[in-house]
Amino acid sequence: MDVFGIPIQALMGQLMLGIVNGSFYAVMSLGLAIIFGVLKIVNFAHGAFFMLGAFTAFLLAQHLGANYWTTLLVAPLAVALFGMLFEWLFLRRLYGLDPIYGLLLTFSLVLVLEGGFRVAFGSSGQPFATPEALQGAINLGFMYLPVYRGFVIVAALLICLVTWFVIERTALGASLRAATERAELTQAFGINVPRLVTLTYGVGVGLAGFAGVLAAPIFHVNPSMGSSLVIIIFAVVVIGGLGSIMGAIVTGLGLGVVEGFTRVFYSEFSSTIVFLVMVLVLLLRPAGLFGREEG
Amino acid sequence: MSAKSPIKAIALSSAALAMGTACSAMASNGFSDDVVRIGVLTDMSGIYTDLSGEAAVEAVRMAVEDFGGEVGGVPIEVTYGDHRNRADTGASRAREWYDSEGVDMINDLSNSGVALAVAAVADERQRHAIVNSSSNIGLTNEYCSPYVTHYTYDAHSLAHGTGKSIVEDGGDTWFFLTVDFAFGVGLEEQVSEVVREAGGEVLGAARHPLNTTDFSSYALQAQASGAEIIGIASTGADAINAINALSEFGVSPDQRPAALLLWYDDIESLGLETAQGLLLTNAFYWDANEETREFSERFYERTGRMPNMAQAGNYSSTMHYLNAIEAAGSDDPDAVSKQMRELEINDFFAKGGHIRPNGRMVHDQYLWEVKAPDESEYDYDYLRLVTTIPGEEAFQPLEDSTCHLLDNDE
Repeated sequence: MDVFGIPIQALMGQLMLGIVNGSFYAVMSLGLAIIFGVLKIVNFAHGAFFMLGAFTAFLLAQHLGANYWTTLLVAPLAVALFGMLFEWLFLRRLYGLDPIYGLLLTFSLVLVLEGGFRVAFGSSGQPFATPEALQGAINLGFMYLPVYRGFVIVAALLICLVTWFVIERTALGASLRAATERAELTQAFGINVPRLVTLTYGVGVGLAGFAGVLAAPIFHVNPSMGSSLVIIIFAVVVIGGLGSIMGAIVTGLGLGVVEGFTRVFYSEFSSTIVFLVMVLVLLLRPAGLFGREEG
Repeated sequence: MSAKSPIKAIALSSAALAMGTACSAMASNGFSDDVVRIGVLTDMSGIYTDLSGEAAVEAVRMAVEDFGGEVGGVPIEVTYGDHRNRADTGASRAREWYDSEGVDMINDLSNSGVALAVAAVADERQRHAIVNSSSNIGLTNEYCSPYVTHYTYDAHSLAHGTGKSIVEDGGDTWFFLTVDFAFGVGLEEQVSEVVREAGGEVLGAARHPLNTTDFSSYALQAQASGAEIIGIASTGADAINAINALSEFGVSPDQRPAALLLWYDDIESLGLETAQGLLLTNAFYWDANEETREFSERFYERTGRMPNMAQAGNYSSTMHYLNAIEAAGSDDPDAVSKQMRELEINDFFAKGGHIRPNGRMVHDQYLWEVKAPDESEYDYDYLRLVTTIPGEEAFQPLEDSTCHLLDNDE
């Protein structure tokens, strides 16, 4: 059976791959959206934290012999700690200033991290083995889906849902949302807002680190692995609506699928389609698909 | 008499000025500004850093040191710069070097787009450029120049090495995964030609941008094409990611990947487990013979890595350039160009190598196969020689070149 002259099998295959890529977009843009929501900082270093997650996992496995499941737990925590240190030492000095300062500072962190890792590990990258339990492929009828990619979808959706649940349905999340809306008032209620902000940044970049570990067996661990991703992630957050949690998740997955379909019909256009969608959305709904118009 | 004297004075002073200018452009000893400057223009921060980068600069420095640090009584200086894989950045850096920093020769030039742009600048400014780590054969065809030398390998030698041996081995139908710029497209064209000449068929190609991480979609397209051979017309991290994706998506047993430009460094990055059995056409391998081992061990001591073919080429071509200056007794670009094309190259890198009028350095190429993990006996023991491809077969026949410096009918 064909759709517009394309075999349905090829279409389904690309749809599946789109969902896998969309899972990465969702986890990454979720972290970015949380950070922007609370800190009002455009975290340009998000891709570098993604890379840092992958490299931490690689180093843990290489030097300490850690297995994959340990790295999946430890590496994001390590990235989160590093992020919190960065926020505490540098980033917090920029709150209340023009957002361009935050952008510049986080961008400089990208240059330092990527440059440092390039000097230490070279540009071609390091191999990272797929965990044994997740090797092989499943026959879906229309394609062979590597088991690991299936696992990525499940793990990504799970972490997105947990994050959403914590923010929207728990007391901690309620304080967080309150701090986003009215920081001084929240502080007056006895909640330590600066600590909450540090924690938020940690969680946001920890999510990027988590995505990095998920990506390590697929993309090969190399210093620039985050830099191509980060631009798409920004587009995803803008399309979803700045600061919208659900918007980031849904848009991330959706754009992965749109990109996948574009590869079938006109492959050369696939790296541009996300930005075309962004332009259209900004024209029709300037606050993004799930964003609220301000004031 | 007195009326004539101002004219005389003007005539005298203009003559003096003219002589002065001549003296400053070319010092009395035949060397421009009393120093020979070599610029290494390479990728210091991007996807090709491992293939050339810092180690390329070190190779040139080694050649200069081994040469004795000076030629014809003037010192040799080495400088380097990052072209960031952008043709415009490369061209403007080259222009700056030639025009205001007195650089006499630019070496390395990874990335075909950059190499073509810099070759045009070299031709315009009449200064030397030696290309060691790019493949586009335009350099010895429509963009050829008396000042440009294409030294280590090119798309033709790759196609007639790896491509041809796979076609002869029965790989009749091809699908390409091609990186979308001068290098990938040029390589795809050359290999397609070899495939068609041998009666094979090219079923299609998917083009991807430089520095792609996710090849899964291209892997599916390659699978769907039903081609026996999936030709990977990219290199470095792109080729590594493509090979990984093809193996992850289990390209069926009747489909095989063929990496058309693999480097020694890529094998290290892929690991022998994944890379075993892959074929590669390289002009140089560190462990080929006593001479290559001697050079490579010295290189290793300085850089902590074994040299690949481009880095070995950087060394050899710098030596050749300096030898040509010595023979010419001057760094005048025309005199050096003439000597470079006359002198034969005999070192650890090439035996009986010579540069054709279109700038192509002709020397033997080698087809290697990657060893299996249990065949590798010591560190960096990765390759086994399959066959030697004589230089005259590996490179484009001179009569096919469209270079304007030749008398070929066009």
